[in-house]
This record gives sequence, C-alpha cells and structure tokens, in this order.
Amino acid sequence: MKLLRMKPGHGEIVLAEGDVEVPQDERRLIEAFRRELDQGMWAAVPTETAGGRREAELVKSFAEVPRDSERVIFFPRAAGGSAPATS
Amino acid sequence: MVLALGTGAVVLVVLVWELMRPTLKRAVVRLRSSRAAHRLSSASTRYDPGRERRAEQRARALLRSCIAEDDWAMYRDLGFLRVLGGLGDRDTGARAAYAYLIYPHKPIVAYVPETGELLNEYCVAFPDHSKPYGSARLPQSDDVLAKWMALTADERRLIGEANMHLPGRQIEPDRVRRDVVRLAGWERQRDGHRAGSVRTA
Repeated sequence: MKLLRMKPGHGEIVLAEGDVEVPQDERRLIEAFRRELDQGMWAAVPTETAGGRREAELVKSFAEVPRDSERVIFFPRAAGGSAPATS
Repeated sequence: MVLALGTGAVVLVVLVWELMRPTLKRAVVRLRSSRAAHRLSSASTRYDPGRERRAEQRARALLRSCIAEDDWAMYRDLGFLRVLGGLGDRDTGARAAYAYLIYPHKPIVAYVPETGELLNEYCVAFPDHSKPYGSARLPQSDDVLAKWMALTADERRLIGEANMHLPGRQIEPDRVRRDVVRLAGWERQRDGHRAGSVRTA
C-alpha cells in the first residue's frame, strides 16, 4: 500500500509505502496516516465497483481503509470559495 | 604628552576591538546564514514554469490512474469531467436527474443532462496552507481529481462545504452551455466509433 499526498507545485509525493500484513510496515503506514489527518488532510481510496464503475471512498481512520487497497490519496480539505474567474 | 595620549588611544582601540570581536563575529555569521536561508527559500518559492509543468504531468498521470478510461478521454479532449449526480444512483447513466461539470480551479457546475439547464455553481477549493512552493493551489489535474474523489465519495459533504451560487457567478453560462453541447457531440462521436468497431469485429 502506498500513501500519497497531493502537493502544490509538485504533484503527488509518496509519504509511506509498505505491506499492511507486515506489522512494522503497518505501524509506519498508520503513523503517516495519522500525521496527515492531524494536518487536516482528507484521505480517499480510489475504488472500482463490481460493475466496473470507478469512484472513491473517503476514510477517516486507517481501520476504514480496505486491506487490499493499493493507494490512499491525501488532499487538502475542501473549503468554500474558489479563485475568481479568469475566463 | 602626545606620545602618552597616542599610546592610550591605541590601547583603547585594541581593548574595544577585543571586546567587540565575539559580538561582531556572531553578527557576521547570523547575517551570512540568514542570507543563505533567504536565497534557499526564494529559490524554492520562485515561480518555475518547468516545475509547474512537471507537477501537472504527475497530476494528470494520477488522475488517469484513478478515473475510468472514458472519463479520462473526456478530460483529455474537452478539459472538464462530468460526474453524474443522484447521491448514490450513478448507474442510471444518461437518465440521471442532474450531473456536475468539474473544471480545474473553477466552480463545479450542476446541470440537467436531459435539457442542458444550468442549476447551480458550487465554489469549492482545496487550499494547501503549507504552501510548499509559495502557492496553496494544487496542480490543475489534482484539483479535478480532488473534486472527483470528494464528489463520488460523499457528494452531500462536498456540496455542504461549497459556496452555492446561481449559474454565471464565476463561469460564463454560455461557455457551460457550449461545453454541454460539446460533451453531447463528443459522446455521440465516441459511441459511433464504438459501434463501428463492434460491427468491424
């Protein structure tokens, strides 16, 4: 499993990577996961339904992340407002 | 007399110099390190078009890996993504009561697919206040992916966080209407290609 974070001026960065079945890796993943949530990030897991539809699932704790997920993507939480139109 | 005064002056200057030397040394070190830090920080926050382009390329690759092939083609060809609304019932396809258009760094626009009627603009952003390179804005495709993930995961929550406005607040309604027409044409063309390739097979 990889924990990724979207970053302005860079694109995504890998925060942590490991096998959730390996206790040491899992601890590292959990620590990184908590750190991001403490910083106010949202965490999403890209998924695919049985019908083949792609969507995402927002998770609030590492326990909610499906064990077979390949990626968790962190991104800044949504805030109302947007840059003024330039078009 | 003059000699004594001169000697005294020299001794005084040497004494003052010896007393001031450590303070001056520390001040010089501080000045040098602060200049170095300033150089470093301005180098990392200066706008660098190459870095922004690489960031956008990474963001596009991530977006492509998360969304369906058709959705990726839509974004690549048209510059926006359409997500069917319905708070959970997205399998109804074209019969969805409403849908959203996701533009990079612009409000999400809700509209009725059947009629093309524009419903609302939802102004929402994902500012990264740590501003790692001097800006809080994600690359364009990351912004689209963030909106897509939030919408498909928890539509109600995202819409709740957004500022809702009537159409036209930030995006020209005519532009959105044109995009809806472009999207319909794009879908017809894609369906036509598909039907053609099925017949050929």
